[in-house]
Amino acid sequence: MSDSPIAVEHGPELRHHFASVEQQRDAASLGMWLFLATEIMFFGGMFCAYLIYRMWYFNEFAAGSRSLNLKWGTINTIVLICSSLTVALGVRAAQMGKRKLLVILLILTIVFGLAFLGIKGIEWHEKYEHHHIPGASFDATALEKPPYSNGGIDPSHEQIYFSLYFAMTGLHALHMIIGVGIFAFLLFHAWKGRYTPQYNTPIEIGGLYWHFVDIVWIYLFPLLYLIDRKPLG
Amino acid sequence: MATAAITTEREHYLNKEYGIRSWLLTTDHKRIALLYLISITFFFFIGGFFALLIRLELLTPAGDLVQADTYNKLFTMHGMVMIFFFLIPSIPAVLGNFLVPMMIGAKDLAFPRINLLSWYLYIIAGIMMLHCMVTGGVDTGWTFYTPFSTAFTNTKVIEAGLSVFVAGFSSILTGLNFVVTIHRMRAPGMTWSRLPLFIWAHYATSIIQLLGTPVLAVTLVLVVCERVLGLGIFDPNRGGDPLLFQHLFWFYSHPAVYIMILPSMGVVAEIVPCFSRKRIFGYQAVALSSIAIAVFGFLVWAHHMFVAGISLYSAMIFSILSYLVAVPSAIKVFNWTATMYKGSVTFSTPMLYAFGFIGLFTMGGLTGLFLACLGIDVHVTDTYFVVAHFHYIMVGGAVMGYLGGMHFWWPKISGRLYPEWLGKFAALIVFLGFNLTFFPQFILGYLGMPRRYWQYPAEFQVLNVMSTAGSTILAVGYVLPMVYFLWSMRYGKIADENPWGAAGLEWKTASPPPTFNFEETPEVTWEAYNYDQIPAPAEVLIER
Ligand SMILES: [Cu+2]
Repeated sequence: MSDSPIAVEHGPELRHHFASVEQQRDAASLGMWLFLATEIMFFGGMFCAYLIYRMWYFNEFAAGSRSLNLKWGTINTIVLICSSLTVALGVRAAQMGKRKLLVILLILTIVFGLAFLGIKGIEWHEKYEHHHIPGASFDATALEKPPYSNGGIDPSHEQIYFSLYFAMTGLHALHMIIGVGIFAFLLFHAWKGRYTPQYNTPIEIGGLYWHFVDIVWIYLFPLLYLIDRKPLG
Repeated sequence: MATAAITTEREHYLNKEYGIRSWLLTTDHKRIALLYLISITFFFFIGGFFALLIRLELLTPAGDLVQADTYNKLFTMHGMVMIFFFLIPSIPAVLGNFLVPMMIGAKDLAFPRINLLSWYLYIIAGIMMLHCMVTGGVDTGWTFYTPFSTAFTNTKVIEAGLSVFVAGFSSILTGLNFVVTIHRMRAPGMTWSRLPLFIWAHYATSIIQLLGTPVLAVTLVLVVCERVLGLGIFDPNRGGDPLLFQHLFWFYSHPAVYIMILPSMGVVAEIVPCFSRKRIFGYQAVALSSIAIAVFGFLVWAHHMFVAGISLYSAMIFSILSYLVAVPSAIKVFNWTATMYKGSVTFSTPMLYAFGFIGLFTMGGLTGLFLACLGIDVHVTDTYFVVAHFHYIMVGGAVMGYLGGMHFWWPKISGRLYPEWLGKFAALIVFLGFNLTFFPQFILGYLGMPRRYWQYPAEFQVLNVMSTAGSTILAVGYVLPMVYFLWSMRYGKIADENPWGAAGLEWKTASPPPTFNFEETPEVTWEAYNYDQIPAPAEVLIER
């Protein structure tokens, strides 16, 4: 183990076309940042649709929002924030070369990720039982109408809310599944001791991805669950 | 050294390894460029085949060759194949892949395996598109407009949508690779102000690919979900809004025009100084105009929706912004022209294509201003005027640039020269065929012939016959280069490392280049396009 980052005899992790380990790390992290920029645009299309329909069909959006399970939503938010913490600590552990700690933190992250997906599954199942899934069997009659709305609830507008709810949370869950896959890959290599204070870029950029997926949820949660909830209401 | 290279076989990227595995698992950007070259050529001829069928149907006023349904599928498949499987990847994935690392003095792109992955994604998407074609095709037009695409047509929208989705990711990965490579992999001394303009153009293109394509991807996901799962986001019967679809679709698809044309502009900016023996006029202006086009390009999308029911005020704003795009485009055209002024101009094949590009792009661009003007647009929307306009940009511009670039760098790619007289001849045929095909369509559109119909009133026949005749000439012009390029690989004259006497790092390594491009990493101490310091090549090679 050499102390200098650019040892003359570089390790196997330096790919032939890079001049130095720094260059390789910079390239990888810039690549991930750019990828996240594309992801922002990817989710952006849906956020844009959300914005427009929420302004047009506010009553239906408020009614749909009230029907979501706030308890599970909040727990899921906490779960994801915890997972971001374990990821951040994991990056630090990798930089310090603490293999065992890194492995534990990666396992914890994966557990949090799976817990999130499990809870999301429970919520989706609830929606299925209440006939809130858009399509032929959609039924909006049982929805609670916001007290200030003078008209009724238009079922087709209500479907738009649930269309967006399932599209956005579904796309987010897909990103979570991919994230869990990435972290399983990182865990395997961390367990084999591949990451050292000199070489831990994969942990770093995997972490960037994970934080990004978390941040998307931090936006989804208030937009979908908290449209006009009163405190403790 | 030079004599030894001719007598004994020097090792380069083509002969380093043989066998199908060495190609399908390669991470060498030059080999991946060739994989792309073969695959996009294949799709170009498929798309061209559909185009010829369309032109054949329009030879007579009556709908006699195909029925309306088939005709709808023909123009849809022509559009989808040409745009997503030829024009978008064309220059970036072939010439860009081959040249970006070499021009900046790098050994490879930043992520060689992602580069290979992007080719495989392209192939998967291509197979899906071919499968979609042979099992019935799509009839929505390449624009997938809702609610027709989601609630009415019973053709293969889902498969086509997913295919374009996958092709989009291939395009995103190429763009991502280029941006990281240009930022992080430049050779010592290769500052931003010394970058070839080809690189600037690709940088701007990549930014659009990165920020635009995901929006198309998510839009197509929603269209597919709407068909499969019954979501109603774009369907008015289910509370949705088709205009939202159009906004999201054109948010990508207008900038996509610049994905197709900017790389061609980069090619022209390399060819013009070389065959004028002069430094490019206004380097900074040309470089920054690429970025300006990328930025403005994101602000004009709703000019495709002037008659779709958007408010007059937003239409006026989008109209003004669309005019603005003409400014950076004109900066480029004027600077290329100024470069030739008092230069010693040679009319060799790549230069002929560059001339073709400048003329045809100017026509396409100016007719674009007609369409940006609200009053005229209402009159010519959905007529052949629009068809002619974008074919002047896409075929007259992008394809001309692509062919010019292929001729310019063919000696570098293959190590051989193509027969110069045949090259000039083909360039002429392409130019004549192109104008005969598409100029009559301006008149047809102005007279009111709508696009996307399989039959038309008899008074339009003369112009349509001209157009169809032109398209067959154009086809000959496209087949010719393919034939003599293949021929030259075996029988062409051996090219030395710099047959045109061109500036640029790619000409400072052998033809074809070694696997890692340079024997040792070059150090750049000169400005770009230093033609005052480079001797013109021997007469024999250029055949003035
Ligand atoms: Cu446009």
